[in-house]
Amino acid sequence: MSSSEPAVDDTLDTPFFLRWLTAAATSVSREATRLTDLDSAIGDADHGTNMQRGFAAVAEALEKEPPGSPGATLILAGRQLISKVGGASGPLYGTLLRRAGKALGDAEQITPQQLADALRAGVDAVAQLGGAAPGDKTMLDALLPAVEALGGATGSFAAAGEAAEKGALATVPMLARKGRASYLGERSVGHQDPGATSSALLIAALAEAAR
Amino acid sequence: MKMLINVPETVVADALRGMAACHPELIVDVENRVIVRRDAPVEGKVGLVSGGGSGHEPLHGGFVGSGMLDAACPGEVFTSPVPDQMVRAAAAVDSGNGVLFIIKNYTGDVLNFDMAAELAEDEGIQVAKVLVNDDVAVTDSLYTAGRRGTGATLFVEKIAGAAAAEGAPLERVESIARRVNEFSRSFGVALSPCSTPSKGGPTFELPAGELELGVGIHGEPGRERRAMMTSREIADYAVQVVVEDLRPENPVLLLVNGMGATPQLELYGFAAEVHRVLGERQVAVARTLVGNYVTSLDMAGASITLCQVDEDLLRLWDAPVRTAGLRWGA
Repeated sequence: MSSSEPAVDDTLDTPFFLRWLTAAATSVSREATRLTDLDSAIGDADHGTNMQRGFAAVAEALEKEPPGSPGATLILAGRQLISKVGGASGPLYGTLLRRAGKALGDAEQITPQQLADALRAGVDAVAQLGGAAPGDKTMLDALLPAVEALGGATGSFAAAGEAAEKGALATVPMLARKGRASYLGERSVGHQDPGATSSALLIAALAEAAR
Repeated sequence: MKMLINVPETVVADALRGMAACHPELIVDVENRVIVRRDAPVEGKVGLVSGGGSGHEPLHGGFVGSGMLDAACPGEVFTSPVPDQMVRAAAAVDSGNGVLFIIKNYTGDVLNFDMAAELAEDEGIQVAKVLVNDDVAVTDSLYTAGRRGTGATLFVEKIAGAAAAEGAPLERVESIARRVNEFSRSFGVALSPCSTPSKGGPTFELPAGELELGVGIHGEPGRERRAMMTSREIADYAVQVVVEDLRPENPVLLLVNGMGATPQLELYGFAAEVHRVLGERQVAVARTLVGNYVTSLDMAGASITLCQVDEDLLRLWDAPVRTAGLRWGA
């Protein structure tokens, strides 16, 4: 574990969560074209545009109505994504953050372990909503390894970031079974999943906020 | 890529401003992206709401009006609308008799409409949902997101709309909508890819000498790619896969639908071939509709949809309709 990031018994406060989501908004905006290009190959070429619009709304809402707790921060962000993104990404990312936020309750400070558990609850909700399993070439393939790395005995934010990135890359040889890419069948093989890629950006932003 | 737009970001809003200017019989909420017939909610009538990504016009906004939809929610181009739009639409058209959501089977549309149905019910609006999944090009629906909703959406919206206009209760409007979907099958071919404004160019590659058999309305791939075929050969292929899946015993409604960039000259020529094959297969055609109705931006190509009808469904199909995109008898 890198010495500069929060230790297991450290606490994470609301400003940490604001840093996380602001970093996510910046990186989604920076990578929007790449996300859309990835989506153009196996989807319908709108993932970057949609995520950029959603996270811009998140950043704006957090500034306009500053939340009082980590949980409230994630719930507000999730609500913005649901009401601004559309497509499958809106409900899925919105559910991820809302469910994680609900799991945190109204505690003002939480531990990294509590965040790992909350994210696990969020990821489970995403899996249930989308009906996807690991290996289906979806955002789960980046999110699941990330929460496992974060929640593990030697877990760290940096390790979660690396696991998500590796998970996103691992979608390249997979056959898509969910969403619009599933209609490509064999032709989906060889392309990185745009949803797993944006998930890796979200987790990378978490690692960035922790540094 | 040249397009008749200002900037990609305002394409949907600009189109909605146009609808507002051209159709005073509609209330077009450009800000919240909801199109509602001006006389909604109609006393005693079930409300019909549909929606989906923009880029398929006249679907769905062009089908708002008497005898068809009460409201439509346009999403971003090829992106489903969000629950807020659907809840707003449901509230605007509910006369206390409930609302039917007509949902094309795409992951995003299903997730957002599901969330909207829950939220609307929290507000005391009774909501029923019907899923349209008519595209026979998707063969392995166990390992995909399932059959896509395409041309049959028009049949569902028109026929369920007529039933609602007659004053049928929610349960019956819902069951008629389900019946229409169950009795409908579609198949589409692409001669060229479509282009989205945000991408600024084609969203997939289709070599000049090839066509995609079984294409979806967002350019999703179908069953196979082949060297370019004649209208006659395409009709033989498309009718065969649709008829073998539907196995109609009654007369059918036929939709010969353009994907956006194929002219009427070609569509009618194709319709002649489709009629020929249906005749050879002893399938009686009760009514035919030819034109661009469920489009995919500037894609060249066509789809056919068959809907097997009994006397009741045919009567509802013939009932008056008055919308921007479909109009007869009224």
